[in-house]
Amino acid sequence: MAVTTSPLLEATGLVKTYGAVRALRNASLSLRPGEVHALMGANGAGKSTMVKILTGALHPTAGKIAIRGVERKVRSPADARRAGLVSVYQEPSLIPDLDVLSNLRLTHTPVAAFRHWVDELGVPELDLGERARDVPLAILRILDLARALAIEPDVLLLDEMTAALPANLAEKVLEVVRRQTQTGRSVIFISHRFLEISALCDRATILRDGETVGVVDIGPDVEDRIVELMLGERILRKHGAAVAAEARPQAQGKTRLSVRNLRVGTKLNDVSFDLHDGEVLGVVALEGQGQDELFAALAGSIRPSAGVIEVAGEAVKFGKPRDAIERGIAYVPGDRSDALLMHRSVRENIALPFSAGVRRWGPINMGNERTTVLRAIERLQIDTRAQGEVRRLSGGNQQKVTIARWIAADAKTILCFDPTRGIDVRTKTQIYALARELAAQGKSVLYYTSELEEIQLVCDRAIAIFGGRVVDVLPVEIADELALTRAAYGLPRDAAADLGILADPTRPKAAP
Amino acid sequence: MIAFSLRQSWVIGLVVLFVALFVITRFIQPAYGARDFASLTQAALPYAFAVAAQTVIVLAGGIDLSIAAMMAVTSVTAALLMKDQSAASALYAVPLVLAFGFALGALNGILITISRVPDIVVTLAMMFVLQGVALLILPSPGGGAADWLKALVVGSLSVPGIPESVSAWIPHALLLVVIAVCVVWIPLKRSQLGLSIYAIGSSELAAFRSGVPVARTRILAYGIGGIFAALGGLTLTMSTGIGAPIPGPYLLASVAAVVLGGVALTGGRGGLVGPIVAVFVLRLVRTDLTLLSVDPNVTTIIEGVIMVTVVMFGALLAMQARST
Amino acid sequence: MSEVASPLPQPHLGRRLRRLMADQPIIPLIVLLILLCAVLQLLSPGIINPLWVANTIKFAIPLALLAGAQTLTMLTGGLDLSVGTVGTMAAFIMATQIGHHDPATTLALSLLPAVLIGLANGVGVGIFRVHPLIMTLGTGLVGSGILQVYQRTVIASGSEIPPFIVWLGTGLTCGVPNALLLFVPIAALIIFVLRRTGFGRQVYAIGDNEKASRLSGSTYWQVILALYVASSLLAAIAGLLYVGVIRTPSLTLLEPLVLPSVAATIIGGTSIFGGRGSYATAILGALILRVLTTLLTVLQMPEGLRQGLFGLVILLVTAIYLRIIEDS
Repeated sequence: MAVTTSPLLEATGLVKTYGAVRALRNASLSLRPGEVHALMGANGAGKSTMVKILTGALHPTAGKIAIRGVERKVRSPADARRAGLVSVYQEPSLIPDLDVLSNLRLTHTPVAAFRHWVDELGVPELDLGERARDVPLAILRILDLARALAIEPDVLLLDEMTAALPANLAEKVLEVVRRQTQTGRSVIFISHRFLEISALCDRATILRDGETVGVVDIGPDVEDRIVELMLGERILRKHGAAVAAEARPQAQGKTRLSVRNLRVGTKLNDVSFDLHDGEVLGVVALEGQGQDELFAALAGSIRPSAGVIEVAGEAVKFGKPRDAIERGIAYVPGDRSDALLMHRSVRENIALPFSAGVRRWGPINMGNERTTVLRAIERLQIDTRAQGEVRRLSGGNQQKVTIARWIAADAKTILCFDPTRGIDVRTKTQIYALARELAAQGKSVLYYTSELEEIQLVCDRAIAIFGGRVVDVLPVEIADELALTRAAYGLPRDAAADLGILADPTRPKAAP
Repeated sequence: MIAFSLRQSWVIGLVVLFVALFVITRFIQPAYGARDFASLTQAALPYAFAVAAQTVIVLAGGIDLSIAAMMAVTSVTAALLMKDQSAASALYAVPLVLAFGFALGALNGILITISRVPDIVVTLAMMFVLQGVALLILPSPGGGAADWLKALVVGSLSVPGIPESVSAWIPHALLLVVIAVCVVWIPLKRSQLGLSIYAIGSSELAAFRSGVPVARTRILAYGIGGIFAALGGLTLTMSTGIGAPIPGPYLLASVAAVVLGGVALTGGRGGLVGPIVAVFVLRLVRTDLTLLSVDPNVTTIIEGVIMVTVVMFGALLAMQARST
Repeated sequence: MSEVASPLPQPHLGRRLRRLMADQPIIPLIVLLILLCAVLQLLSPGIINPLWVANTIKFAIPLALLAGAQTLTMLTGGLDLSVGTVGTMAAFIMATQIGHHDPATTLALSLLPAVLIGLANGVGVGIFRVHPLIMTLGTGLVGSGILQVYQRTVIASGSEIPPFIVWLGTGLTCGVPNALLLFVPIAALIIFVLRRTGFGRQVYAIGDNEKASRLSGSTYWQVILALYVASSLLAAIAGLLYVGVIRTPSLTLLEPLVLPSVAATIIGGTSIFGGRGSYATAILGALILRVLTTLLTVLQMPEGLRQGLFGLVILLVTAIYLRIIEDS
């Protein structure tokens, strides 16, 4: 196969808008035959939107996709499949209640080829009669990959393929994927792991804020270049933020919340930290590293499988959110639609926990409620012109309502999960100020954010979670975006070239 | 293979339960014979088709509250088509009614897909509409049925060569169920459509990603449910000789038998044999209560309590399935 | 409108109209009611007079009580199809027991099955998470079986309807139906509970967003249990009142009102998905339905068409509300 420059798949000028929100503004991707191409970007850069468009799950607002130089409209995953593009997702797309053989028939997959690839990938003794539901997740992913390989697609799209795979299987997968390219096929590889990318990929396309900002050849020391591209000019702003952080008085209150060796299912493996009164503790993590499970466990929504949670020195077990609320822990979920009664008024939403909260069924003191609600509205400067139904408020004001509710209910600990996602700059600054103000009043705030610059603006300390474990605790002075990005990717704090450490991000940091 | 036998064990358990109940029945009433068994299957016939309809739809991840009303509509349609007509008229009446059932079912599916109103609300509204339609077609019980059709569900098989004592235990009604299942279900289950039905019921997202046309599959599943409901309506007309515009108690019974038959209300899991055996189990319980000279109204209560309990149990299982 | 939407682009007329419908359904509902009355007057001149109005209200009250049961359950995304059986049971037990016991005991006896069925519904829906439609259908079926058995045991002793119930159900004082004496306080109570108590807030919260209500400390099953018992009690009261209107305790007394009660609630702007709606508008819905029924009778529309029409109305209104929720 001659090395040609004519791309196998070319996506140009992809735009995707949801109402006023632009998930993609100008994304492109050019895939050469016979290459493994990484698609990278920080949280919210538009990676998953791009994947959905390429696989036909979403239709772009504008832009073109050409396969072997022919423009094609990919309307559904079935279309993409016909065009020779098959994807393997993080969540296996085998039908849980069908046996493996039926799953193959459903997708018209040749069984012999499938068996061949299963062998290649190192899964012994496969029973085709077994239901997908009963197959362990790691094996199921391998089966999903084998199924994709069996139909010999021109382009294989792998989304976080190796996440949560045992090392031996992950190695096999990389090896098989690498071999794909020898026959002129190409692979789009999405991963958070630099080690895999540098070992496997030829080039990488980097997305930032819905735009393709660079295509780099993978070589030695390319990580820094990629991190730089992912952060963009934001890296230059770090000084201002650092100054803001240094000006903050470092007060250490009593321990409010103490977490020891917390484990939840397979996502959260071992997390320990303390949260003090009067402190804002930042949490940074790439998507799906266990932070959702951590917050859900602390909020009482799911039960941890192991570990201890202590509130003010007392071990607690939460069976439902009410238990956590009774302990003064309030949870502000990242998705506002999980927190708000979208069709009810601002007043009812704010008043919910204290008027109708824990075991209160009786008549409401309307005057009292009004005063409390108005105070909270004023304090958060909520724009209440459209107060009849919360869903008509802007995103920023909605977010303020979810926080105002807990200020009105006087919660002691507030768990904020990405509170500034998708809201305007002015509201963001107000939320930063609010978090500081709460801390100044002696409350404690756990603050997960996908916008790393916020850590230095808001927090006193930050913990980084990778692969379900705390991989670093950063004092705010050094927690600039670069340091946080490296920590979130499980890279060691000092730029070390030793990839041996990268190989096992869960290992405690050894001296270089 | 363990999983396979586990899945079958539910059905086997049901069959064992049925046999045990049967032995109990013989114990209570030693004279219980082939003739009684034939009338049991005849009585169970509309239930069997109602549950078959519900099963297909539940497997696809839906539910149909309009099943009983659909049976009433198809029943009165059949009765009206065959009223005072020649025996041959049934030859076109039957396919016509089946096609009508398919159209009604597919209409449910289309309304759900287009309006995006939840299935349970759409089919509730359709239940009311179809009840009205049944009354419009036939304001009071009436119509007729071809004699040969009536004969199809009464009595037992007599095949030369097989001793009467054996063939008497194979009632026509049972044969009808078996044939309908063989003709509709077995090819369906093996086809791409059948797989797709299981797929969208099991995980709509995974099905979509595997390239299954979700909307089309859903509409067809409701359509096939409609065919079974029409078969149920036909058997109602066949066994009574007339059509009645008031829906029978088939809705709750169908949901209960679906659950008892080992089909998950969340969709994607189970088969058709289990629910049909479950119907016979439920009917035999009723027979036993009657033989024990329990007041028929009390029997209705007991039956109702059993069904509600079974549905609650099914919901509990579904809840656990969701939380893991 | 401008003060609502100043940072947003000005919505066009259709959307503003829909928003008005969603925010203040009471206005279009009153317009609709007047319109229907006008059509009725046109078709059959002179039909509308004080007596007709009093009669319409009289017949609308039991329906409005049942619509209250539907409103309560529908606000949490449910529905109560057992109201027909429950109301019938209450009426039937009252009529057959009044000869043997004092009025207070009789009342207690007739409300007892309502409480039990309500509890069963609440447990099924709130704890076992059975879909409310299926659950209430099932308990309704069991209830009507029990009623059949009960009827056999009392068939010899006969039944009577106390004059007070008849007075309440059918009597007029100065042209005003006496039933309002019972209905107005109940309606006021329902409206108060829904608007001004923690319980009411939780009902709306659960219906609007169960996850959010959980995150702010509500316990689903407790609210649901209370709600379904309340729903059953309302149905029982409706039954007691309706038997005063009809004056014969049949075994299917209230069944014909079940479907209209659902339709009245939906027409009254309560969303079948929960979280939106009010009882005041459901009462209007009941009135509209009564007038509509009269209209259909005047037009000599067959029963089947009427039923079909109600079903279509439910589907259409639900689809429209879905669009309103999504768009505005």
